[in-house]
Amino acid sequence: MAKVEAKKTLPEGELRDVLREMLLIRRFEEKVEERFRAGELPGFLHVAIGQEASAVGVCRALEDGDIIASTHRAHGHTLAKGTHPNELMAELYGKTEGCSHGYGGSMHLYDIQHGNMGANAVIGGGLPHITGAALAFQMRGEPRVAVAFFGDGATNIGTFHESLNLAQLWKVPAVFVLEDNKWAESTPEKQHSPIRDLSERAKAFGMKALKADGSDVEAVYKTTRQALEHARSGKGPVFVHLDCVRLHGHYIGDPQIYRDKDEARKLAETRDPITMLREKLGVTDEEFEELDAEVTEMVEASVEFAKAGTDPAPEDAMKNVYA
Amino acid sequence: MPELSYREAVRDALSTAMRQDDGVFIMGEDIAEMGGSMGVTAGMLDEFGPERVRNTPISEMALAGAAIGAAMQGMRPVAEIMYEDFMTLAAEQVVNQAAKLRYMSGGQLTVPVVFRTQGGAGWSPGAQHAQQLEAWFVHIPGLKVVFASTPEDVRGLLWSAIYDDNPVVFFEHRTLYGIKGSVPDKIEPIPIGKARVHREGEDVTVIATGRLVHESLAAAEEAGEQGVSVEVVDPRTLQPLDEETIVSSVKKTNRAVVAHEAVTRMGFGAEVASVIQYQAFDWLDAPVERVGAKFAPLPFAPVMEQFVVPHADDVLQAILRTVGRNGH
Repeated sequence: MAKVEAKKTLPEGELRDVLREMLLIRRFEEKVEERFRAGELPGFLHVAIGQEASAVGVCRALEDGDIIASTHRAHGHTLAKGTHPNELMAELYGKTEGCSHGYGGSMHLYDIQHGNMGANAVIGGGLPHITGAALAFQMRGEPRVAVAFFGDGATNIGTFHESLNLAQLWKVPAVFVLEDNKWAESTPEKQHSPIRDLSERAKAFGMKALKADGSDVEAVYKTTRQALEHARSGKGPVFVHLDCVRLHGHYIGDPQIYRDKDEARKLAETRDPITMLREKLGVTDEEFEELDAEVTEMVEASVEFAKAGTDPAPEDAMKNVYA
Repeated sequence: MPELSYREAVRDALSTAMRQDDGVFIMGEDIAEMGGSMGVTAGMLDEFGPERVRNTPISEMALAGAAIGAAMQGMRPVAEIMYEDFMTLAAEQVVNQAAKLRYMSGGQLTVPVVFRTQGGAGWSPGAQHAQQLEAWFVHIPGLKVVFASTPEDVRGLLWSAIYDDNPVVFFEHRTLYGIKGSVPDKIEPIPIGKARVHREGEDVTVIATGRLVHESLAAAEEAGEQGVSVEVVDPRTLQPLDEETIVSSVKKTNRAVVAHEAVTRMGFGAEVASVIQYQAFDWLDAPVERVGAKFAPLPFAPVMEQFVVPHADDVLQAILRTVGRNGH
């Protein structure tokens, strides 16, 4: 593990904004759980409660023009990359005002204008796109970086190995962000991987690997900045291994019969990224409640926006099949 | 009009596009120094360099997916999948990703990528190097599928595929690379979705693709000597399908034979037969005949391979059956 440079930190004023953004994502996802259980949201959804620091820390570190590819657990990444909560919530309600205009849903969130090349419902499905996007940047001499998010489960699929190999071979400006929450759906990491340190996999391709506590948003930010600088300067891709926690189930409603009940509770007490930043900044109860009220209002407004949105016409299903 | 081989025609479309457009590049296994396993890209490395004639590792998922990613960022990559059989390895990226990205994004994305691939029996490569899998891909909304059978068509259609804003699966036939034909001096784009009538006739329409176009033309000659006038139509584009040309031909001849090298059962020809029976039912004087491979993997031994895949005589017999002659 390379040493993270002390410089390039977030100023304290911005850290408060980071706290607000992480709290917005948390409250948004809690609301999504609530509305799903109320039967208002079709399909099935995956929340990333506990992983807000990786979404916000990584996306804050990006420059304009940098792009991301996300996973099936995409709400946080999408908000952090700049999509308005109204547009995200409208998508979850299947409305034309949604960020994918009702064609995508929770697992297919796109916002090209904001550099979000999309969530992906196939594990590892977006990884080669990031290698290819970075190749396009390299061929055109553009100082842009393409960033892929993926989980520990994805490190076992072929696209992961093929995409990292190709990216390193061609030294493209890509950053591969592993959000290692130790669970592939219901399968714990010790059952799906023979090694405990998944960044070893990057080293097998000769790729620079950095590690950070994925619950510590400052560490995530600093590590990502370092990775981006390396990639942007033409030195090749970087693997960023974030040690994350999944505080809820794989999907909303997952009874988690496979998981020790104390594990999530203990992680919530010790590794909740929002609590960690709040304590670090010494945010008072009063200040926190004010922040909470502000983001809760935004979330409530997003539900109102979504419910007032327009249903697509059924025959709109035949649009956008071809360009 | 100059004469080019089918192989040279593919190369000419690629090279001409790359000369005029920095966004076009090719990537695939062994396409650079070696010039591709079929020699299609021979010499292109010298002209365009390794940045734009990219050898890739044996990683079909990543090479297909990286082409998609570059296309999403405004490039026009042409990915070569060495054998059609290996499209199964790239299928996740082609089927779940390329075909659906525009749709899932609600129209935000365009994915102007071409997946060139080739297959075809007749040289005993066995069961994993000669399949004809076009039926798998015509079934996927969001993909366009092309299968050209002549030098002129392969050049003009590849050009259109490169400049189409949709993902295109572009099938070539292994045994056609050496055939020669005249082509226009300058590349004339051939619209995707337009069939070609190779030969006009009065009694039977044969709708054929790939190698079977040539087998069908040979069968038509023989049928003509036996007094049966045969029209041969090559759809050239399998998705979208030029139903109008096919149906109007059948309405003229009142009989149809559908011929392809792929396995007959559940093949592309089944859809063509369905289109014909539905749109030209009252015009048909005979059941639609189908010609294709028998329901077996491709065997190695030449005598078995010859037995499994169709030839001109199989098309001829089908033609004769439609006119009540003693086809077997």
